[in-house]
Amino acid sequence: MLGALPFVILLFVYVIASNLRFASNTNDKLLPTPSVIGQTLKEYAVEEDTRSGDILLWLDTRASLERIGLALAISAAIGLVFGVATGVIPLIRATLAPMITALSMIPPLAILPILFIVMGLGEVAKITLIVIGVTPVIIRDLALRAGELPREQLIKAQTLGASTWQLILRVVLPQIWPRLIDSLRLTLGSAWLFLIAAEAIASTEGLGYRIFLVRRYLAMDVILPYVVWITALAFAMDWALKWIRAQACPWAEIAR
Amino acid sequence: MGRDSALTMARVTARNLWKTYDDHVVLENVNLDVADHEFVTIVGASGCGKTTFLKMLLGIETPSKGELLIDGKPIVPEPNADRGIVFQRYSLFPHLTVLENVLLGLEFERSRLLGRLFGASRRNAIANASKLLESIGLASSRDKYPAQLSGGMQQRLSIAQSVIRRPKILLLDEPFGALDPGITLDLHKLILELWAANEMSIFMITHDIKESFQLGTRLVVFDKVRHDPQEPDRYGARITYDLKLKAHAERAAA
Repeated sequence: MLGALPFVILLFVYVIASNLRFASNTNDKLLPTPSVIGQTLKEYAVEEDTRSGDILLWLDTRASLERIGLALAISAAIGLVFGVATGVIPLIRATLAPMITALSMIPPLAILPILFIVMGLGEVAKITLIVIGVTPVIIRDLALRAGELPREQLIKAQTLGASTWQLILRVVLPQIWPRLIDSLRLTLGSAWLFLIAAEAIASTEGLGYRIFLVRRYLAMDVILPYVVWITALAFAMDWALKWIRAQACPWAEIAR
Repeated sequence: MGRDSALTMARVTARNLWKTYDDHVVLENVNLDVADHEFVTIVGASGCGKTTFLKMLLGIETPSKGELLIDGKPIVPEPNADRGIVFQRYSLFPHLTVLENVLLGLEFERSRLLGRLFGASRRNAIANASKLLESIGLASSRDKYPAQLSGGMQQRLSIAQSVIRRPKILLLDEPFGALDPGITLDLHKLILELWAANEMSIFMITHDIKESFQLGTRLVVFDKVRHDPQEPDRYGARITYDLKLKAHAERAAA
């Protein structure tokens, strides 16, 4: 419960500050009072948009979650294949590791224009940006983890008759799952960063798009709840991944 | 087990065996001839090449000179199901339950593509594994994970895991080195029972001289006979003692 205290204080300070500003200027844009935010939130989350007939918050949420979900799934799949292959098979490590290290050093936002030029302004470019930003980190993390498996274990599996394929399937992969989930949790932050950056530049809906759209009207009453909502979504995703890990890999909870 | 008929022999021969790393001589001129179904205990000071010798038997190190033969054929330079191994630690799979740890060897053998058995063949393998677990006193822990077992139980499991593939040769690298003395006695009994029940030779490295006399039918000592104080790596270790010990049954009768 003690952890809730800073949040309460922050909220309290905000309410006081916004009321002070409201008292001196009823048109204040910077710190909208809770009642103004509530009214705006109702327009966005409950009422249909007068122009398009959509409920904007849900439209934006769905678009963003689809993008980030798909991107993370693709990153996890690529990360798993290349991470395990480079971690376990020396020949593949020698061939690919320098390339992956180099790729992971490219600032993804620097190549965003290239993605838009090559792939157009549609969904593919946005999802690709997230994948490019997140995958190298996952690959390197999983490769390290796979390389850290005790050599004794791998030798033991061989003496039980395992081929390399069986070894990967039954010994390496199952022990990599929990690490993959941890890896995804750690990259959630940057995944959201890339998502919002891509949406801000070229999109017609999405949480990041909306924030950057209303920025020009100084609409803090939209931006602030959107930021809180994005944070809540990221938090929920992190929690869900943690839950999946505990369900799918009970041994990993025991072994620590 | 279809391989039983092929397992009748496991003669290990080392002829003029050398192992060197650049200028560093680890083993020099090792000669050894071990008949089938012996229990060889290996002792020697640290750094005397015992583990190197075991690694060559395992196939993760290759001889620099000379020959190392199993049944007259050079040893396969890669670990395989002919030779089981129990390390001091880390040889269990933490993500598998006790039963699954034992089952794994059978699954590797009988399902080349998936390494996983289903249906009747799985039930059959489980029956096999359960019988083994029963005989080593781990039946009641079959659904636990290794991290939930004591050190002694873990080594018990690791031994069972190796034995289920019926290796010709079982290699033990200080398997009881990290355990309490009381627990070690139980494990001595277990390993002798398994050795008697299976057609296999055992090579066991130990630091415990008493243990080496109690368990072995053959005691091998590795030591350096030549020293160069200016260049300690100049000469390697060789077998300085090779003692035939009485069979356990005779000792028990005496």
